[in-house]
Amino acid sequence: MGILEVRDVGKRFGGLQALSDVNLSIAENSVHAIIGPNGAGKSTLLNCLVGKLIPDTGSVSFEGQSVLGRKPHEINQMGISRVFQTPEIFGDLTVMENMMIPCLARRDGSFSLHGYRSLMADREIVDRAEHMLEDMNMSNKREMHAASMSRGDKRRLEIGMCLAQEPRLLLLDEPTAGMARADTNNTIDLLKEIKAKRNITIAIIEHDMHVVFSLAERITVLAQGKPLVEDTPENIKGHPKVREAYLGESSGH
Amino acid sequence: MTDQTQQTATVTQPRPRTRSSGGILGLTKKDFGLLVLVAILTIFAPVILNPFPAGSAMAQFNAGYPDLMQRFVIFGIFAIGFNILFGLTGYLSFGHAAFLGVGSYAGIWSMKLLTLNVIPAILVSVIVAGLFSLIVGFISLRRSGIYFSILTLAFAMMSYALAYSVLTPITGGETGLQLRASDPRIFGGELMPGMTPRATLFGMQMQDSTDLRFGAWTFTLNTGYYIAGIVLLVAFYLSIRIFRSPFGMMLRAVKSNQNRLNYTGLSPKPYTLAAFVISGMYAGLAGGLLVAMDTQVGAERMFWTASGEVVLMTILGGAGTLIGPILGAGFIKYFENIVSTINKSTLESWFAFMPDGLQDAFVAVIYPFVGKGWHLTLGLLFMLVVIFLPGGLVQGGSKLATVFRRDRKGGGVEDDAAAQRQAREE
Repeated sequence: MGILEVRDVGKRFGGLQALSDVNLSIAENSVHAIIGPNGAGKSTLLNCLVGKLIPDTGSVSFEGQSVLGRKPHEINQMGISRVFQTPEIFGDLTVMENMMIPCLARRDGSFSLHGYRSLMADREIVDRAEHMLEDMNMSNKREMHAASMSRGDKRRLEIGMCLAQEPRLLLLDEPTAGMARADTNNTIDLLKEIKAKRNITIAIIEHDMHVVFSLAERITVLAQGKPLVEDTPENIKGHPKVREAYLGESSGH
Repeated sequence: MTDQTQQTATVTQPRPRTRSSGGILGLTKKDFGLLVLVAILTIFAPVILNPFPAGSAMAQFNAGYPDLMQRFVIFGIFAIGFNILFGLTGYLSFGHAAFLGVGSYAGIWSMKLLTLNVIPAILVSVIVAGLFSLIVGFISLRRSGIYFSILTLAFAMMSYALAYSVLTPITGGETGLQLRASDPRIFGGELMPGMTPRATLFGMQMQDSTDLRFGAWTFTLNTGYYIAGIVLLVAFYLSIRIFRSPFGMMLRAVKSNQNRLNYTGLSPKPYTLAAFVISGMYAGLAGGLLVAMDTQVGAERMFWTASGEVVLMTILGGAGTLIGPILGAGFIKYFENIVSTINKSTLESWFAFMPDGLQDAFVAVIYPFVGKGWHLTLGLLFMLVVIFLPGGLVQGGSKLATVFRRDRKGGGVEDDAAAQRQAREE
């Protein structure tokens, strides 16, 4: 049993069968990549995992518990954090404030009405947020407005915010999309470092093969809403079916 | 891998200084300074607002009379509450006057049925307005953006229409409600027939005033004003606490990025609903104070223009800043009550020193902007503020402050919110 089990998941949008009979098992403490050409259903699958979409058929369970029908914030509280294709951070707030919010979410749950106590006097939250910023090498940016940072720093902050919640599964949706080479490599290094230091499972959806082959331990190839193959990076590289799906040499439809 | 880990461990910067916290009353020095500023303004308002000797030509710009000062304070409270919703979460309610109105009706019924003491009246106002805002908020917050605004507007106009017609037995319809000697008060004490019932606080009557005279100047110290002033200070203090609390941070997060909030394990809905109810309770508090001061209510208090007014106050003063709404409320109420009283003959007397033709020309140009045309001046000022100072009067103040004090580093208390707002607009 993997930490995340996807069984026979299907999702239809009008006339388009976006996903059909998707089976996927992500092993605990692994780095699992899901790749596939445009329109293969990668993002739909991800959205089914985090509660943004509800699959028409099949089941998704995380650590043995079904996530279906739960709201995104509930699924997150179960231990799944998500990093978006374009960094989703609190742009109006400072870096430090950004970091305090997941710390609060971790301690106080999805809602708490602490309207009278002072946030800055809350040592536990302040210390933890500062510690996370140090971990991310962002202490010197703590008073910056998050929106004014570079793409790479925003990504770094977003990943840091996810880690502050101590998730057991981190989902990354094309974490290096639209990044310069240097930023991409920094992100790869950051993810490697996270993997080395923490007890965490990482699932990546990615276009960039450089990123996939630098990080992944297992790779699932998705094409036209179905998993094509699942194997180690070495075996995927030369796999004829993968070449076919990517290059469209003889697509069956 | 291992040397990477070591690297991060050695590179850690010296810990930056943490903000001072847990100062006086649990506020930082700057916030406490702001509270003291508001306290000083409130205490000395009867003097500050009466700078011109009574009877002088400028005396009509004096705003230090009890009725108007009470309005400054009460609408200040209304705007502070509105700012907790709009300034922090960004949800623009266009129906907050409904809560003020419901609070007023609840308050006057408390004075009709229970006692003339204002404390139960104000408590009842706050509770009833809070419950009503819970219902309205629960339904309206199913949508965001313009749809939320329209839903709240619809609720407010329904409340107005109900109060004006169908609910006449409860609201008095067109004539509204006043206190009468014949009201069946449980703890009323004896009122002789024909005696006018007056709102009291343990024997102190709201409209009692003491006049202080200094030469040509007269300053009126009014009981009702000071009671409302104390309530304002408490309301302002609580709003600072909310702004600086984890809850306040979540409200700002709602405004900034609801998507990220959802995927950080936090549900925006209860936060926005709580903010909505809190601001509804502030509106109810303002409504309760209004009846405590003038012991009457009319449905026009809930009309949509009244809801629009609090939006103007908040934006004019500086949405998302602490002191802005109070400034905005004072500004608009001053215009409403002072500029609107300037009439043609006043203008003529001002320009009497000019030759006849020139006097007529000046009067003709200025006249549309004063008296009944005060809305025109207010509209122009509002446009100027929104265009040049998106952070409101607070931003204007902080800009002026930086002109006088060269070093930018200090940064005023309210600069943050105002600057943030401007950054967003750009």
